[in-house]
Amino acid sequence: MTSTDWDPSKPILEIENLSISFFTRLREIPAVMDFSCTVMPGEAMGLVGESGCGKSTVALAVMRDLGKNGRIVGGKIKFKGRDLTTMSEEELRHIRGSEIAMIYQEPMASLNPAMKIGAQLAEVPMIHQGMSKHDAWELARQIVADVRLPDPDRIINAYPHQLSGGQQQRIVIAMALMSKPALLILDEPTTALDVTVEAGIVDLVKDLGHKYGTSMLFISHNLGLVMDVCDRLCVMYSGEAVETGNVVQVFDKMRHPYTQALFRSIPLPGADKNSRPLVAIPGNFPLPHERPQGCNFGPRCDYFQQGRCNAADIPMDTVPEGDRHQTRCLKWAEIDWDAPLKARVTKEKAKIGKVVLKMEDLRKYYSVSGSAFGGGMKKVVKANETLSFEAHEGETLAIVGESGCGKSTFAKVLMGLETATSGSIMLFDENVESTPITKRNVDTVSSVQMVFQNPFDTLNPSMTVGRQIIRALEIFKQGKSDEERHARMLELLDLVKLPRAFAERMPRQLSGGQKQRVGIARAFAGGAKVVVADEPVSALDVSVQAAVTDLLMDIQRENGTTLLFISHDLSIVRYLSDRVMVMYLGHVVEMGTTDQVFQPPYHPYTEALLSAVPIADTKVERKRIVLEGDIPSAVNPPPGCPFQTRCRWKSQVPGGLCDREMPPVQVLEGGHQIKCHLSADILARMEPVIKIAAE
Amino acid sequence: MLMFILRRLGVMMLTAFALTFIVFSLTNLQPNLEKLAKSEASVRMTDDQVVSWIANNGFDTPMISRYGQWLGVVPGWVKTMEDGEVRGRCIEKGADPAAAPVRCGLLQGDWGVSTVFKKPVSQILGRSLGQTGWLMLAVMLVMVPTALILGVLSGMREGSRTDRVLSTGAIITTATPEYVSGVIFIALFASATVGVSPLLVHLGLLGSPDALFGARKTLFMGTATSAMDHITFWNFALPVMTIALYGIGYIARMTRASMTEVMTAQYIRTARLKGVSFRQVVMKHALRNALIAPFTVIMLQFPWLLNGVVIVETLFNYKGFGWTLVQAATNNDIEMLLGCSVVAVFVVLVTQLISDVGYVFLNPRIRLA
Repeated sequence: MTSTDWDPSKPILEIENLSISFFTRLREIPAVMDFSCTVMPGEAMGLVGESGCGKSTVALAVMRDLGKNGRIVGGKIKFKGRDLTTMSEEELRHIRGSEIAMIYQEPMASLNPAMKIGAQLAEVPMIHQGMSKHDAWELARQIVADVRLPDPDRIINAYPHQLSGGQQQRIVIAMALMSKPALLILDEPTTALDVTVEAGIVDLVKDLGHKYGTSMLFISHNLGLVMDVCDRLCVMYSGEAVETGNVVQVFDKMRHPYTQALFRSIPLPGADKNSRPLVAIPGNFPLPHERPQGCNFGPRCDYFQQGRCNAADIPMDTVPEGDRHQTRCLKWAEIDWDAPLKARVTKEKAKIGKVVLKMEDLRKYYSVSGSAFGGGMKKVVKANETLSFEAHEGETLAIVGESGCGKSTFAKVLMGLETATSGSIMLFDENVESTPITKRNVDTVSSVQMVFQNPFDTLNPSMTVGRQIIRALEIFKQGKSDEERHARMLELLDLVKLPRAFAERMPRQLSGGQKQRVGIARAFAGGAKVVVADEPVSALDVSVQAAVTDLLMDIQRENGTTLLFISHDLSIVRYLSDRVMVMYLGHVVEMGTTDQVFQPPYHPYTEALLSAVPIADTKVERKRIVLEGDIPSAVNPPPGCPFQTRCRWKSQVPGGLCDREMPPVQVLEGGHQIKCHLSADILARMEPVIKIAAE
Repeated sequence: MLMFILRRLGVMMLTAFALTFIVFSLTNLQPNLEKLAKSEASVRMTDDQVVSWIANNGFDTPMISRYGQWLGVVPGWVKTMEDGEVRGRCIEKGADPAAAPVRCGLLQGDWGVSTVFKKPVSQILGRSLGQTGWLMLAVMLVMVPTALILGVLSGMREGSRTDRVLSTGAIITTATPEYVSGVIFIALFASATVGVSPLLVHLGLLGSPDALFGARKTLFMGTATSAMDHITFWNFALPVMTIALYGIGYIARMTRASMTEVMTAQYIRTARLKGVSFRQVVMKHALRNALIAPFTVIMLQFPWLLNGVVIVETLFNYKGFGWTLVQAATNNDIEMLLGCSVVAVFVVLVTQLISDVGYVFLNPRIRLA
């Protein structure tokens, strides 16, 4: 299949000055401009950037699958020396799946729901190597075992929906490996997965890459992950590669202002919210048809120089002394890259006041029917078990855990969208445990509000922004007249730092970050005392995340609001919270101040969770603890300790106590609670997971 | 699974009772009974005579009781006339009242006697359902495969020329009601004076014993009456096409919608990027997923066919279920109407049950989830 003049010393993939445009009825929209990169055999190349920067488009262009509207308008994509852009459909078909394989973002959507796993896997060698059905299934079984899935025989006969998200992604990986491709394209392969599952997948991808010598094109918005997986990376901004080089060089000696700004906008371990706030990148990502002249990043750049940066298109410039290190910046040689961050306004930590919210022994059980037709046994899902905690005024309490741990159920119960099975929720001395939201009085409703995860779906698309906020004010009985409410609405827009003109805009005219600001304004419309923020920034881009997080913090500082911050992102939790509560399968396994939770002793689950978080800092060393298996189902939790099935410390507990008994809550020094059987001296001997190497 | 079917059957029975009761009470309204009295006895009856006729024929008992009698759970009415004759629901004219059964209704297999056809309803229904069965079978055989093929062809490449041509065709056929397409068909193919038949006669392909299409004066036959004894292509094609055409358009649209959605799904991209050929992508990956939605639509077509059958059977004078229903309705034949509605209710409910069960088998996510 390979052309004769290619040998392994030459690049596997060579993209030269690639330009891609999408054609709509209105205009041509350039998605990628003048993009070049080279992937050597066995090398892992990372493509990093925010959504809309064109990184997925590049990947699809390599696969030559741009859809009806997309077209390659210039440049070459050479795979093993052969130009992919001029290949016929038939030739491409032979390369797809056999020489270049792709792994996708959403494993569930990428697998055919009506076909057995085995059939979907076996198809690949049957097409490309003409293998017999029996041999192909045998190979499928073997590869399924290779991607470390338990019980391969059962899995190849299963349908995709019978597997968990992590298992599905392993199947997608297996599918990509079926014919030992030379190049593997991974498009955000772990974005839809939990951190501990992500860690497993990342390890697998790295191992398999070494084992088969596969080159990789790894697309991600997560810098930490890229550092884990890749040798080289290419940072993209608005359709252009802005900086490329090897990972260590780009991370430590970045030579493009966007790369620098990107790093400054992500929370790093050890960063405290009040002493080193995140630096958001000002402004918004330019729309593809509204790109500025000259440098695309110009309008948002601190080093922008009128008449120079916006004069003409900027070419890539090679940084001397680098390992193929290039940057698309005219001023890179003039900028003092090591200059310390501008002196920051050190912000006063908000005072932590009296107890606002108190939960005791809260339980929430759901009963679900057993089979598709409603028959069968009723099963009980224990979504929350014996939840007890207090939250103070002006405090940020983070609730951390992976999907299915019960954190969202807890939010629903608190909001009154569900009623608790037992236990009490005291909100300012009032028990709201069994009062559904429809029966709560206006005061209670307006004092407990929520900021939702997905800002795109939570605004009414047919109402102006101002109207939606006024509507909230009306419901919360704020203001005496329409004029007063209108004035208050404008104040709220000021509060969330949106221009007042936005009151007349429709939600579709707003970017994701702006929508989330409207969501925050709505939540604070009734002077909320407790705000539940359910993954408020996880749907947003990195540069916007920082701005929204800071906004939440500022409002909290000013109003003394109690913030319950639900998240799976430990970096951001560490950055902004005062206290942290770690949940697993409906149980609170660890609770304490941020420092207590992020320092040993840990609960074994917290330890694994911490080690799974990718950190975009070359100076940080972390211990890899990869959890085996998946989170057990809440319908059928393991006996004894909920975490015992995946715990690496289990052997340290004598007498198989973990299998039998629910661990007691140990209260350590400073009110640090850990729900574990491990003895105090073992806990005390635990080593920190994250170490910052001495400089 | 079994529990599900049993439960569905229970719900079905309940629905059947409710629906038949509604039909029963509507057909048994007082004005209707008066009309019946006049048509059965004499048009020139006085009002008093009408009242006594209604009473003498057992229509004066409460609605619920009459419904019960019709079902066969309540004893049939028995009355002694002024002249000493004992009449009753279950007593045949001239038969010995003592020998008659106490109850006679649906449950006993006694569906009553049709006043139009002067025969037991069950007998008429049986015959007409048989006729309609053949029609439906032919329609389904033509409609379903054609519609699915057209739908898949147009859905697999959304926006292509094939898609646009087929979609336009589908919209035209769905937008044409049966009574319009039927008339057009007859005018085009089954008229001795207009359409293609005179042309064929002129060319010598039709109208003489040794002609290619036979000795008839028209290419297709304008009535399907002869098909009741012997079905041929020439007497059956027009009614079948008239009904099928409407459904073809409708199901093809549904299949197309479902197919276009599936073709943009991510797993189709996965398959394509595995190097699967387009043909195989369609056949192996898209088809089964695309057929899940139209399956329910096809099952919904059965009750809908009953509707088309009424028009087409009347138009082509084919004495099936639809034709019988029309006759019963125009002649105020209460027992016959009730019988027809029972059949219709069961056809609807049974197809729905089949559709639900079949859906579960087609869609692995529902079967095993």
